[in-house]
Amino acid sequence: MLRLRLWSVRHARLLEAIYEAFERFLIKLGPLLERIGHERLEKPVAALERISKGLFFDCQMCGECILSSTGMSCPMNCPKTLRNGPCGGVRPGGFCEVKPEMRCVWVEAWEGSRLMRKPEAIRALQKPVDARLKGRSSWLRVIREKTRDNPP
Amino acid sequence: MKFEDEPVPGQPFPIRPGHSSGGRLERILREGVFAVTAELDPPDSADAEDVYRRARIFDGFIDAMNATDGAGANCHMSSVAVCALLRRVGYAPVMQVACRDKNRIAIQGDVLGAAAMGVCNILCLTGDGVQAGDDPGAKPVFDLDSLSLLETIRTMREESRLLTGRKLDSPPRVFLGAATNPFTEPLEFQPIRLAKKIAAGAQFIQTQYCFDLDKFRIFMTRARDLGLLEQVFILAGVGPPASARAARWMRSHIPGVTIPDSIIHRLEGAGDQQAEGRKICIELIQQLREIEGVSGVHIMAYRQEKSIAAIVRDSGVLDGRTPWYPERGRNPGYLGQETD
Ligand code: SF4
Repeated sequence: MLRLRLWSVRHARLLEAIYEAFERFLIKLGPLLERIGHERLEKPVAALERISKGLFFDCQMCGECILSSTGMSCPMNCPKTLRNGPCGGVRPGGFCEVKPEMRCVWVEAWEGSRLMRKPEAIRALQKPVDARLKGRSSWLRVIREKTRDNPP
Repeated sequence: MKFEDEPVPGQPFPIRPGHSSGGRLERILREGVFAVTAELDPPDSADAEDVYRRARIFDGFIDAMNATDGAGANCHMSSVAVCALLRRVGYAPVMQVACRDKNRIAIQGDVLGAAAMGVCNILCLTGDGVQAGDDPGAKPVFDLDSLSLLETIRTMREESRLLTGRKLDSPPRVFLGAATNPFTEPLEFQPIRLAKKIAAGAQFIQTQYCFDLDKFRIFMTRARDLGLLEQVFILAGVGPPASARAARWMRSHIPGVTIPDSIIHRLEGAGDQQAEGRKICIELIQQLREIEGVSGVHIMAYRQEKSIAAIVRDSGVLDGRTPWYPERGRNPGYLGQETD
């Protein structure tokens, strides 16, 4: 869904707000989800996340979502899966080195980030992704990180 | 150019206070000497002498040489091995590490091994995509990116531990570098990306080919406004285009290379295009030197390495000094014979 993905970047500010509200909502829901048990929820929640974020962001389910630091442009769509900015090979007009027909996800990210309320988030240094989390829900992980005293 | 505490060739210098490495390149840059580095073309060979022959053509004209890591996504002798061979005789190699071919386990192991063999400079790169090379079916790794690679090696050096937290008995004492491309989109993000690289551990920068000096000046002004110029040594990338055709080929085939039409037209109008290309390169070096924050030049002259000595000499950037090179024959580690 490339068209929708580009739309999402154009509307990064709106989505940023929705996302923040959604995160607050998730955290409120935390205790309930905790009672049901995260392991039992993992599959259905991950499926829901895959469908919704797949639609809007072409989400690749890395499990460590950083959309709010990348102008709502999913960095895992970069053929080099770069999470800290563009490579040195961006083509004239902002097209991707590896897939010349696609706009570089980091050109999109930069444009998206400038529409956002927290444009400085793109400057944050991102750690290497944990390959074990691929395919798992990042929503549940956020809840765990923000609500449990001792995150796993 | 020798230092008073010049070690036996192959051994590192004593590390000065405030320095990260026992390397010659860091010393030269920190002394404020205008540095010259060049790219060594690694051989498709298992013969050490092929490495030495390629290194020797730079003798007396450059301060350090980069050993590329599968440049352009083509297989050549590995950068770790090229650097180890070069260190045996005392050269100052810059080991390039690309994230394309190895995961974090392999890369950290290489960093330890390289440092153990005397490598003092490491350049952290993302790496060209496999589509750029002659083996596009290879599996791209990209487990780390250039930023997380910088941070990983800095942590190894400063905190004496691996990414996992596991302690190192002895940390790699290396001077850390990164690349920058001031000429590609998103242009306004590039200075910020440089700031990120410095925050992640970059101490020196080697840039993509600088042919468009107007764009480069804008980039440097932005970097200065962000307060970056005091935090990093910037070596501007240059190279002699062999002909107008070669320049056209480079800009359409080598990822990230930008060459303005004005340069191509100038080459086309020249009788001897190769000589004109060298002249362009010399002029660029001289102009780059005048730009605030440029601490040296990095010369990439693929398949024209032999022209580098004359370019450096004619540009005058060495100010009469002769960069150190191994005294051949007297070095026990040096096994090769004198050729060409
Ligand atoms: S051009 Fe952009 S999208 Fe393509 S590989 Fe480089 S950073 Fe990734």
